[in-house]
Formats: sequence, C-alpha cells, structure tokens
Amino acid sequence: MLVTERQLIKDDVGKWVGEAGGNRSCLIPVLQNLQEKYHHISEYAMQEVADALGIHPVEVYSVVTFYAFLGEEYRGKFVIRLCRTISCDMANKDAVARQLETDLGIKFGESTKDGVFSLQWASCLGMCDQGPALLVNDRVFTRVTPDQVHEIIQACRGAFGPLAVQPTSREVRV
Amino acid sequence: MSQKQQGVATFAAVNGDAAMKKVLGIQRSDVIAELTASKLKGRGGAGFPVGIKWNLAAAAQSDQRYVVCNADEGEPGTFKDRVLLTDVPNLVFAGMAIGGRVIGATKGVLYLRGEYAYLRRSLEDVLAARRKAGLLGKGILGSDLEFDIEIRMGSGAYICGEETALIESLEGNRGEPRNRPPFPVDTGFYGKPTIVNNVETFACVAAVLDKGSAWFAGFGTDKSSGFKLLSVSGDCARPGVYEYPLGVTIAQLLDDVGGTGAQAVQIGGASGVCVPSKDFGRKIAFEDVPTGGSVIVFGPDRDLLHIAHNFMEFFEEESCGQCTPCREGNERLREGIEMLQRGECPADYLNELVALGEVMQLASKCGLGQSSANAFLSIVANYREEILGRVYHGAARKE
Repeated sequence: MLVTERQLIKDDVGKWVGEAGGNRSCLIPVLQNLQEKYHHISEYAMQEVADALGIHPVEVYSVVTFYAFLGEEYRGKFVIRLCRTISCDMANKDAVARQLETDLGIKFGESTKDGVFSLQWASCLGMCDQGPALLVNDRVFTRVTPDQVHEIIQACRGAFGPLAVQPTSREVRV
Repeated sequence: MSQKQQGVATFAAVNGDAAMKKVLGIQRSDVIAELTASKLKGRGGAGFPVGIKWNLAAAAQSDQRYVVCNADEGEPGTFKDRVLLTDVPNLVFAGMAIGGRVIGATKGVLYLRGEYAYLRRSLEDVLAARRKAGLLGKGILGSDLEFDIEIRMGSGAYICGEETALIESLEGNRGEPRNRPPFPVDTGFYGKPTIVNNVETFACVAAVLDKGSAWFAGFGTDKSSGFKLLSVSGDCARPGVYEYPLGVTIAQLLDDVGGTGAQAVQIGGASGVCVPSKDFGRKIAFEDVPTGGSVIVFGPDRDLLHIAHNFMEFFEEESCGQCTPCREGNERLREGIEMLQRGECPADYLNELVALGEVMQLASKCGLGQSSANAFLSIVANYREEILGRVYHGAARKE
C-alpha cells in the first residue's frame, strides 16, 4: 500500500503528542521531531499539530517562525551553521564562510538544489575558545580552517568521518 | 584557591551527593539559612541572591512547584556551562535535587540550548544512572523525597536564556519575555512557583552545602562571595575556562591567560561592557564589573567599531521583537555603526544614537533590550576619537 507523506506526518504527530501527554507544553518537542525527520514543518504538518493539541494553527505557525532551528522552508539533510559571533569572527570565520559558499555553490540562507546541504549563520555556539566553530546538524566542529571545509562536506556525504568532534565519552558515575 | 585554576577543579572536588545527604538530614529552613549565609548570588549574570529567591518560592502558596535549570547558555563568549555539564553534571543535578527539597518541588527541568544537542545523550545517561542509584525519582536516598529531572531542548533562540522567556518556551509558546512582576518564584512554569537558576548556580549550591557556607564565603569579596567560572576567548595565548575568586582584577586575569597588551576587554558578553586598557585595574565582581562568565580579549589591532557592529547584528537577530525600543533600537544602532564605518555619521547623529541607547536601557521590557546598547555606549564613551572621521575603504561587511 502506498503511504503518503501526509499520512506519515499524521501518524507521527499523533504518536508524538500522545507520548508527550497531549498538552500545549509538548508543542516544541513535537515540532523539533518534525523538523528533524522531515527537514521542514509544512502547513499541513502545522495543521495536524494544531488539531492534535486543540489549538489554533496560527499558534503553531507563530512558534515555528520564532525559533531559528524550526522553519517552514525546506532545509537540507545537513544543515551547516557557522558561528558568526565575535570570538569566531576574530578567528577568521569569514574565510571559512567564503569557502563554504564556494564549495557548496550557495549563499548563507540557501540550500543546495539536491536538498543535501543548507548553509546558515548561527549566533554564538559556545565554542569561543576553539573558533571558528560550526555545527553540522547536532555535531560540532571546531578550529575549522578553509581547507577543512571540503573534508567536512565530504564527511557529510559519507555520513561523517573522523573529523567530527565526538562528545567526550565519559564513564557515567554517580 | 587563592589563585586562578584552569578548568573546574574546585567543582570537581565537591561531593554533590554528600551535600544531598546533608540536606535530607536538616530542616528546609536550615538549608536556606546556609545559602543565605554563603551570600551566594546567581551565576547567570543578574546576581540575585539564591537564598532569597529560594525562600520566596518555598513560601509561596501552591500545590506544585518547579525547579528549572537554565542551560540556555547563549551569551557570546560564554561556554562554562558546557564545561560544567560535560565535566561535573552530577553536581548540577545534585544542586537541582537540593532545590527540589528546599522549595518542595517534585519536578525539575533542564532547559538545554539547541546548539548543545550533542550533550543530551550523555546527560540522559547520567540521569538514568542517578535514578538507578536512588538519587532521583521516588524515595531519594531512602527518604520520602521525590524529585525527577526532564531535559528539554531549546531551538536556537538567545532570548530564551531570559527566565520568563524560557518558561514561555517550556509552555510551548514563542520565547517572549513576560512582564515582571510577578516573578517566577510566584508565577512561573504553568503559573506555579518556580526557581530558575543558572547551571553554575546549582553547582555552587551543591558546593555550599557540601563544604559549608563559611568555606564558600571565604573566597571572593564581601559583596561577591565565592569563586566564579570565567570563559576566556579572543586575543590571548591560553583561552579556556578558569576558576577565580570573585574580585580578581582584569589585569591579573589578562596576565594569566596571556592577553597582556590588549586594548580592551569585553566583560559580560555582548550585553556586557567594553572595558578599555586604562581601566584594567577594575575588579570582576558584582559591585564593579559583573559578568555571567564571558571575557573576550581584544588585541591592539582590533577595530572596536567592527566589534560593536558584530554585537548589534547579534542583537538585531536575537531580539524577540515584542517591544519597540529593542526591536527598532538595535536596528537603528547597527545602521548608525555602519554610517560610522563609512565615515558618514555626523557628530550630532552620534549623540542621538547615544541618547537612543540610553532610552533602550530604560524602556525595554527585558534584559536583552536593557543591555544590548551597553557595548556600543561604552565604546563611544571611551573611543570617540577613534570612531569619528573614518575614511571609507569599502563596503561595511554585510552578512
């Protein structure tokens, strides 16, 4: 049986809202899930979320458009967010930005035509002592140089390579 | 710790679970008395005394209360909460559980900024391990205390570091700050009494309860007790996180991090102030130059106008747009800085921009708009000669 994306969205929204208890407080977690899985939050998805939570769709729209990590427009499978705040700026983020634009063939705020990459500016990523820093989805890369841009892009195409900073593996003790 | 230490060694030596045991054995009022005696002030930047805040929340009439840990560390140049959550998460969670016991809350929320999503998995593992060890959940350490912690992710909005905007975000709304009063200790998450504290504050609470208020107040100055984590970045040889007793001079700090020769230091992030080299004898403390932890060093070759421009772009992007002084003011200031960069800003207009900045400080609804003009105003006050009469060498950087 052919399952349409609309049906998938409807099922997912129903499931996620149910799991989270179904009140307004779960709106943002549900939208975050939608963004991660579908790479954008369509009008249809917003209507579904509104119906599931019993709120007006404009309430959902107002939230989607407020947060930088949520959006109506389609974003690539890999969203590259380069920090443009002062410490990374002083660490020459402009050179990295220029190389990203050149290698991807897009400007900041745009996505590649194949839907694989989006390029965005980010405000301070909290890696100020190791700039320039960028995020690829939720992985962080630090001390990025222009010649590493190609490697990062290739690593994304190969679903990340050794360049990505692994969250430090620590033994969990209490 | 009379001198600086790199990293979070003092926090790492604190036993958060011993602090929890101690708290379970004494009255809630005794815990508040201990916190009050330590003179611990909030580490997020505003510096509100923790003992007073927690006492207010504990005294408010309600059937439910909440503990919220603000891990929406977005102030430019701040990364100490990331280090705390990586190196000593147990201490932060112990501090939150102590908060739960003191104010009578059974539920805590860690609001983690979306940019730190890579920390979430290890934090969830720590929480799971704590539940297993009887440090979270029902019947903590064999007592009748119930407290659990949920992690909620931010979605890329600096303003959600403002406590009422954070609560709005938790409730599923746009992160627009509320009018205060009422304060969250009275009307917070779901309208219930809520304490919202910074990550470092919870770690400090655990430290105070483990080692005693006298030990904690032994560091720092009379009005700024304890030690403080500083995140140092910019033009220095050894950037990173440092522990200092509050009251350290900027000159001492620069010496330690290899930043001597700096022309200015930004203390307190984009919303803080730009301190020129003639004032490097000033102290980092609540009564002198306060900071939530951000220290950015500007070397002798940096163009302060470019720095001011970068900050104003940041605030223009991050303003929630709710109130006019902030929404419009930040844009006007950014445009004014671009005029200065092109050498096209009449002195009269610069004076008007300064007046506008002062209006924003007075009339904005929340801390963002009240402080976004700080850096610009301090740069104009100290470097007026340098920023007027620029010769235009090309387009101001547009991003």
